[in-house]
Amino acid sequence: MSRLSAMFARLRGEQRAALISYITAGDPQPTATVELMRLIVAAGADAVELGVPFSDPMADGPVIQRASERALAHGVSIGDVLKMVAEFREYRSDVPVILMGYLNPIEVMGYGNFAEHAADAGVDGIITVDMPPEEAGDLDAALTTRGIDSIYLLAPTTVPERVRMICDRASGFVYYVSLRGVTGAGHINVAEVEDHVRGIKTRCTLPVGVGFGIDNPQAAAEMARFADAVIVGSAVVRRIEQADGDMRQIHQSLSAFIASLRTAIDEHPQAVAATP
Amino acid sequence: MDYKYPDERGHFGPYGGIFVAETLMGPLTELREAYEVFFKDPEFLAELDADLQHYVGRPSPLYFAERLTRHYGGAKIYLKREDLNHTGAHKINNTVGQILLAQRLGKRRVIAETGAGQHGVATATVAARMGLECVIYMGAEDIQRQAINVYRMKLLGAEVVTVESGSRTLKDALNEALRDWVTNVENTFYIIGTVAGPHPYPVLVRDLQAVIGRETREQILTAERRLPDALVACVGGGSNAMGLFYPFIGDPEVKMYGVEAAGEGIETCHHAASLCAGEVGVLHGQRSYLLEDEHGQVSETHSISAGLDYPGVGPEHAWLKDSGRADYVAVTDDEALEGFYSLTRNEGILPALESSHAIAYAGKLASKLGHTKIIVINLSGRGDKDVHTIAAREGIEV
Repeated sequence: MSRLSAMFARLRGEQRAALISYITAGDPQPTATVELMRLIVAAGADAVELGVPFSDPMADGPVIQRASERALAHGVSIGDVLKMVAEFREYRSDVPVILMGYLNPIEVMGYGNFAEHAADAGVDGIITVDMPPEEAGDLDAALTTRGIDSIYLLAPTTVPERVRMICDRASGFVYYVSLRGVTGAGHINVAEVEDHVRGIKTRCTLPVGVGFGIDNPQAAAEMARFADAVIVGSAVVRRIEQADGDMRQIHQSLSAFIASLRTAIDEHPQAVAATP
Repeated sequence: MDYKYPDERGHFGPYGGIFVAETLMGPLTELREAYEVFFKDPEFLAELDADLQHYVGRPSPLYFAERLTRHYGGAKIYLKREDLNHTGAHKINNTVGQILLAQRLGKRRVIAETGAGQHGVATATVAARMGLECVIYMGAEDIQRQAINVYRMKLLGAEVVTVESGSRTLKDALNEALRDWVTNVENTFYIIGTVAGPHPYPVLVRDLQAVIGRETREQILTAERRLPDALVACVGGGSNAMGLFYPFIGDPEVKMYGVEAAGEGIETCHHAASLCAGEVGVLHGQRSYLLEDEHGQVSETHSISAGLDYPGVGPEHAWLKDSGRADYVAVTDDEALEGFYSLTRNEGILPALESSHAIAYAGKLASKLGHTKIIVINLSGRGDKDVHTIAAREGIEV
């Protein structure tokens, strides 16, 4: 069983939603990343989503754009990101690691070559923001061969028949984008998200994660009532940015924030056992 | 003509396609369906034709540049005068068409990215005419070098948003426009200014710009009773070149030359010649040639002309290059300036710095081809917007 399947199976038994925390690899500096991955797991995250820095992050808001720029200023490449995952694996062999990024660095590396190195490093799943399933045949095949999950986004604008098509192609889980906008934007309408997620669950047997714009424990707890995973990104990265390179402050601030998310999520056990 | 590109999912051979975040898949489907319906609708096409004639001022003349021909001493040079269009460039051929689609789709707000500002002005112009809200994204660097166009857009009632991220030029303006679109998909129509981006934009913009080539074909047959030997057009994203080339693709005797910006030289890293010096990559919704580093990060580019200062290029150009149907070359900033002065002094026409690249290459080509041949240059825009750049280069304060 893959690490992601094992995680969702375990949490389903406990009637809890997963907490997935995002950080951008190489932010604020390359040497901090493995340490921060371990920290967010120790503070209560069930899985780590690691952003692969890209020069043109079209789907990201200003917070993650700036994190990407900080990482690129250190010359962090996709190869470096895989090395960070491999190093993290020396400490934690059980925690799922998902990469999130844009297609071009993978395209340049070559799909087969990337899949091989990602699998060797211990990557569990890939979210490629600008790669819709229609174009992804070759990439998905390369990932499947190496046992890596293709995690697809579903948006508020995704029509029901397309939800079904994407779920058929996805593995690991599907990621519902909780707002119309870029990462870190505001104004989530919880009732609307709940409607959409429940609709997706009638068409999809995979776990459904929810992310984009979830920036406080209360919002995380509300999502956890109906989602299988709550994904928090910009709110974490903002705390890294605010510490301005002071690692001690990053530790304190991230530990406290992740722990508060964890507590809030666990106080809201899932009303219905989410996915069979 | 058996040239049938793109396929139904927007592929030109291995290029093109749709590479966007899931939120945009719905709006792109809506746009593709609108394109398929309305570009076959006689009423829509009649309205478009009327706007092109009475508002844009088409057909634009095909002008025999006699003194420029003598100056370069070779093939006869004709200029397709897109600089005489309303707003001073070919860009408006596209925006008059897209705004009609926006209207048909009931969108009340339009957004656009702009480099030199010509597409921004052309968008703000048609938005003003239709009474639609208009937001233009423009890189901070470009805002500085194209101050006149920024003010024109504001006069037309558009909001101009300064983009400070990345290299602060056209590619970053495009990123920001995409972010706006993702956020406001319900009420917003994104008017892309070139033959790039996710399907259907490359084919939509090509079909709207193809009026340039259709007219040229008729006009040269009237003037010379034969087709030209060569077409020359500058290529940034590639819309003016595609518009001129497309109606001639099935005529193999007509050679096609796309001229990219070699900036300070193609051997330096200060250029914008993606077809001449790039690799295949994915950016802004499409697969095409791209200037990028070995890790897939998009390179910063340089050109004296803001409109060519872009690391990507439309996917159909990538396909025409690989298939050998068109040739792509590059000229430097200095050569483009030579082209600018040659046209200005010999014909009394101030070309845009973008179009000056085409003039410079046509000059070289003319002497190579000799007197019996005919070249058509797409004079894609006028140079009023560039006088500050040229003055600054000469050390003159205007």
